[in-house]
Amino acid sequence: MSSLERSDVARLAALARIEMTDADLDRLSGQLAVIVDAVAKVAEVAGEDVPATSHPIPMANIHRADEVRPSLAQDAALSGAPEAEDGRFRVPQILGEEA
Amino acid sequence: MTTMTYAQAMDEFDPVFGIEVHVELNTRTKMFCGCANEFGAEPNTQVCPVCLGLPGAMPVTNEKAVESAIRLGLALGCSIRESSRFARKNYFYPDLAKDYQISQYDEPTCYEGALDVVLDDGTVVEIGIERAHMEEDAGKNTHVGGTGGIQGADYSLVDYNRGGVPLVEIVTKPITGMGDRTAEVARAYVATIRDIVRALGISDGRMEQGSVRADVNLSLRPKAVAGESQDDVPFGKRSETKNVNSLRAIERAVHFEAARQASLLLAGRPVVQETRHWHEDTSSTTPGRSKEEAEDYRYFPEPDLLPVQPAREWVEELRGTIPEHPAKMRARLREEWGFSDLEMRDAVAADALGLIASTVEAGTTAQSARKWWMGELSRVANDREVALGELPVTPAAVAELQGLVDSGKINDKLARQALEGVLAGEGSPTEVVASRGLEVVSDDSALEKAVDDALAAQPDVLAKIQDGKVQAAGAIVGAVMKATRGQADAARVREIILQRAGVEG
Repeated sequence: MSSLERSDVARLAALARIEMTDADLDRLSGQLAVIVDAVAKVAEVAGEDVPATSHPIPMANIHRADEVRPSLAQDAALSGAPEAEDGRFRVPQILGEEA
Repeated sequence: MTTMTYAQAMDEFDPVFGIEVHVELNTRTKMFCGCANEFGAEPNTQVCPVCLGLPGAMPVTNEKAVESAIRLGLALGCSIRESSRFARKNYFYPDLAKDYQISQYDEPTCYEGALDVVLDDGTVVEIGIERAHMEEDAGKNTHVGGTGGIQGADYSLVDYNRGGVPLVEIVTKPITGMGDRTAEVARAYVATIRDIVRALGISDGRMEQGSVRADVNLSLRPKAVAGESQDDVPFGKRSETKNVNSLRAIERAVHFEAARQASLLLAGRPVVQETRHWHEDTSSTTPGRSKEEAEDYRYFPEPDLLPVQPAREWVEELRGTIPEHPAKMRARLREEWGFSDLEMRDAVAADALGLIASTVEAGTTAQSARKWWMGELSRVANDREVALGELPVTPAAVAELQGLVDSGKINDKLARQALEGVLAGEGSPTEVVASRGLEVVSDDSALEKAVDDALAAQPDVLAKIQDGKVQAAGAIVGAVMKATRGQADAARVREIILQRAGVEG
């Protein structure tokens, strides 16, 4: 049984702002389900004595002193922006999709 | 549909609320990079590959921000987790350069606290704290076109200087049982958080500048019927009103939302679980994104940052730096200083308590300290449009100045001149008195000569005094003060005049 439904993929795609055709959804929900199910096998192997691990390397507390380092110049910061205005990044209207 | 008032809403329903407060830390640098954390720079000049979310950039945690977060957690009575980690909160919004915010999710650094909040009438309410976690701020959008608001704008401009500034988000547990005092408790809670972050020195705590921001969650449930416990009545659907950024607005937002929800419920209509925007100009809220659809943040552990595991010794060391609860400190100081309610309120409003306390500690009376900070110094601060604490004068210098007055070396008028010198950077009060030659003339021979000169210039005064019109001496005192440029001891001058007139003072 697949743990990942077509509707899950459609929802994730919408959340990630990825446009998908029906054909994409059909194809990818099958492929992604295989991956998800494969990963789920790990859960069958891991006993209760194996804690969920997000950071496998036993390191912690790598901090930085609170000292100011040079920032980018404004023109450098904006150099990769598709559009800029008044020293700021120019972006399309925000609420269009939700209004 | 009938429109309810807040009072009617509270009569009909049992309110449940919770508050999320975001505190912007005053570290020198951002949360995960070395860009300056300073307000007011030219746009996009305090940015780097990390806070712009450029590919390959790696964040590194600011140790001072971790320290501030732990101290805040301790001040809120929280436990400090032995191992906490960061998480990515994924959503799309142009002020979020990486398309995720680094926050904390299932392992916040501070959890399970309790904070006493003192209401105006002295009632103490304990507010449960769910968690206090670290995260980064977003950039700033400016909407162009339309009416300047986000609705109807043609496009937006983004400045990422604020992106990555360290925040601590404090989340309360659901607060129940406050009834018609809900708005008052909400306000007092946020005021207490503001006072605590200021006392800790970890934030400017200025709501008007956005360094303390609040979101207010509110829901209404039916009142328990006879034989039923209110605790057994399930919570209603809640609204979350975002960015309520003044104490007055907190109170008003609670009023508005309670009345709005009560009106819906009484009309048999549902309250929608949603985010709402606060409008200061109309004291009302309007719907924003609907919660179920828009808020799926797909949190997962931040792989680029290692866990935070503060040593227990460090936590205990930090616990030793936690200041007294602001309300308790105020009550204690008011008692010790013998201030009236009004004097205390003014001093609190002017953020002068610490300054007065330090001045008292440096050896002057509370009333003298209050007089300087709330009088002359407040006036100067007001003229210069700076906070009292930003004036170039230390509490020790104020105490020294008052010492000079108390010992009779200078009078109040000269003291103000000396203070002017201190504020102008001319040195300590003693140095300014010496360099400006401000000492009171108490040498009798000099004063006697000045009195005689003044009497000679106004020959009728002596006769008036001898006739019993002692108040006529005022003219001569005035003349002597003028001749000595204010440096005469007025009381002594008066004595000399009365001696000359041959009458007893």
